[in-house]
Amino acid sequence: MTVLLVADISGGELNEDSTAKALTAATQLGDVHAVCATTDAQAAAETMASLQGVDKVFSVSGEQYQHALAEPMADLIVSMASDYDHILFASTTSGKNIAPRVAALLDVMVLTDVMEVKGSDEFVRPIYAGNAIQTVKSSDAKKVMTIRTANFDAAEAVNSASIETREPLDSKMPTQWVSNEIQESDRPDLTSAKIVVSGGRGVGSEENFEMIINLADKLEGAVGASRAAVDAGYAPNDWQVGQTGKIVAPDLYIAIGISGAIQHLAGMKDAKIIAAINKDEDAPIFQVADYGLVADLFEALPEIDKSLS
Amino acid sequence: MKILVPVKRVIDYSVKPRVKSDNSGVELSNVKMSINPFDEIAVEEAVRLKEAGKAEEVVVVSIGIDKAQESLRTALAMGADRAILIQAGESVNDDIEPLSVAKLLAKVVAEESPELVLLGKQAIDNDLNATGQMLAALLGWPQATYASKIALQEGSIEVTREVDEGMQTVKANLPAVVSVDLRLNEPRYVKLPNIMKAKKKPLDTKTPDDYGIDINPRLSVVSVTEPPARKAGIKVESVSELLDKLKNEAGVL
Repeated sequence: MTVLLVADISGGELNEDSTAKALTAATQLGDVHAVCATTDAQAAAETMASLQGVDKVFSVSGEQYQHALAEPMADLIVSMASDYDHILFASTTSGKNIAPRVAALLDVMVLTDVMEVKGSDEFVRPIYAGNAIQTVKSSDAKKVMTIRTANFDAAEAVNSASIETREPLDSKMPTQWVSNEIQESDRPDLTSAKIVVSGGRGVGSEENFEMIINLADKLEGAVGASRAAVDAGYAPNDWQVGQTGKIVAPDLYIAIGISGAIQHLAGMKDAKIIAAINKDEDAPIFQVADYGLVADLFEALPEIDKSLS
Repeated sequence: MKILVPVKRVIDYSVKPRVKSDNSGVELSNVKMSINPFDEIAVEEAVRLKEAGKAEEVVVVSIGIDKAQESLRTALAMGADRAILIQAGESVNDDIEPLSVAKLLAKVVAEESPELVLLGKQAIDNDLNATGQMLAALLGWPQATYASKIALQEGSIEVTREVDEGMQTVKANLPAVVSVDLRLNEPRYVKLPNIMKAKKKPLDTKTPDDYGIDINPRLSVVSVTEPPARKAGIKVESVSELLDKLKNEAGVL
């Protein structure tokens, strides 16, 4: 059977990394049709069509899809659902906003954060902030799920699937977009960066956090933060790594002044290599770090800076 | 206006969950249970709206075993006016799926006619993050998830949402379902006199049959296992050793 993959789009552009990872999961279930809906969907559809494993892309252009609001998006997906047994989203805040609404309209359960596809009706997902792993079997006719991107490699851009234009639906808009507050930066995206440098409460202040940012920039990596650092106002909330923030799986994760609370570990323990710098030798972060350095970060960071220059 | 706040009783956030040896689930017997932290934030916000004169009544509802009363009493002690317990499940291990919960809540909404449903963005046990969106779908209401700031206006609610890219503000027509995130507020500590007062507040008990809702699960649990352990690596002595290992041993620099 064919799978419908809902492309993750923001600001009119395809979120290529998260969508390409969800696509890899989709190809394990069958042929894949993808749907791109935004104000002008052509560019996103073209990028989508280039990803390996997509058989067809639907391009749906309409103002009502501009901010991927759940109500018009769910209406659109439900209108296409009859042709598919599986409807997949990436586990982004957008995917998780829309997918349960789609599932309820189809009278099926939703499976969020799927980390492994065992078969057409059996899936693995984390529960209790990743402290337990659950395998579930679905008896629903249609499976609506979001894919935990950290567990799948991104499909490569080597394809050229056909693009079919579809008319948008005339949806009611009970929610209106007001504004976005988005940090613009040249740094790589936190969820797809090869290197992530994160700071915790130990960093001590917003000014000191510049040291974390400098190291990330030097390594051409992304900047992360623990919940404690975000709550203390050292870093903005969209940098938060952890169960209630972003889930990352970079090649290298450098945790600086982070003790390693369970909820933080849930967001980064899939990193290939973890390095930790903390002055408390008993900090739980050292139980998961491949390389631990017990040191005062205010001495270690300038030294790293000097060595890398 | 009337605000409905659904709450769930879950394992306390400070307890490290243990997987049962037969891999059927997580050990919940004799484990400290509390109100789901995200739902507690929803209760706090509803009570603050009432205290600010913007809401007349806060009704809390829970779906679960008899002991879910404890979570409702906590919410009443925080300042909610009355509670509804929908008794579903015999054992603490019976987790009612969000689709069934949303169907039951839709019936409660039909009876109570709230203008706003405020609830946690997810429960910290199954982490599904689904009930609010599903309820909004079944009611045909607008939804605003992951709220870190809300402002009631005439006929609408403005919600600032925590999204991957930063913050997004939307305006939803009322009635609406709003799911709340961590940074919306810090729930109050409940004082003893309020706990005593809460015991006298009304708590109605119902069953899923009263609402004609089938709560049979759509998902069956095959197994629950410990996550693969990540083993601790080595301690290095200096910055230069750390950089050397990252470059030459791990090959990630």
